Amino acid sequence: MADVLFYVLAAMVVGGASGVVLQRSPVGSLLFMVGTLASVAGIFVLLEAHFLAAVQVIVYAGAIMVLFLFVIMLLNLGHDYQADMKRGFGAFFAFGTTGLMAGLLARQLGGAGENPIYQYFPGPDGMDRILAEEGVIGAVARPLFTEYVVAFELVGILLLVALVGAVALARGRG
Amino acid sequence: MLPESLILGAILFVIGTFGVLVRRNAIIIFLCIEIQLNAVNLTFVALSRYLGIEGQLFVFFVMTVAAAEAAVGLAIIISIFRHYKSVNVDNFNLLKW
Repeated sequence: MADVLFYVLAAMVVGGASGVVLQRSPVGSLLFMVGTLASVAGIFVLLEAHFLAAVQVIVYAGAIMVLFLFVIMLLNLGHDYQADMKRGFGAFFAFGTTGLMAGLLARQLGGAGENPIYQYFPGPDGMDRILAEEGVIGAVARPLFTEYVVAFELVGILLLVALVGAVALARGRG
Repeated sequence: MLPESLILGAILFVIGTFGVLVRRNAIIIFLCIEIQLNAVNLTFVALSRYLGIEGQLFVFFVMTVAAAEAAVGLAIIISIFRHYKSVNVDNFNLLKW
């Protein structure tokens, strides 16, 4: 059952991402992106990252995509259907680069499941035990507020700086 | 499910890279960068199921950095649009030599 669900969601992810790249209107691209993010959240659930799935839907598909939509509407870009793809040398370069990257990744990931490194780690059973002991939120929250608390605070400062910078940039003169 | 997830992450990353290279609209390029970040998040989550909970924490940090990047980047795009009346990256050749 989980395998079937995984392949359905994977097809939705790949189709949605292709739609983002190939769609001509920016608003259409954005809607494809929301579908892609929701499908990725579904895959997170299958991989037992329930908290991150919730954060993915609320923060990514909710807040960040609304920000993108707001900017598209503000700049009035919803109606320009002019050709947006690069042609000639640019397209050739893009195909070459991504083809090379796909080849290298396929070669690396071809035997990922049989890699001997995984036998030294607890595997899915260890994860199930952690989730049963601490719960879905607690498993993420405990290391976040103990070992990684400095990084957590720094991320808070980063968000504050980004907020101030965005306001200062978008406000313009006067 | 680990190899399938890793391969899906790789496919997603390649699609995102292709979009960054081939599109001209700056906002779509930003969306494609978000696709790349999501591909890496997917890889992190898939590996965290086998190698420990830290992968999920890094996904959390990647998401916050992506939010900050989207806010500042979109503000820059608005600022550029005010000057050039366009978000087509072919028009921004100010730093070209």
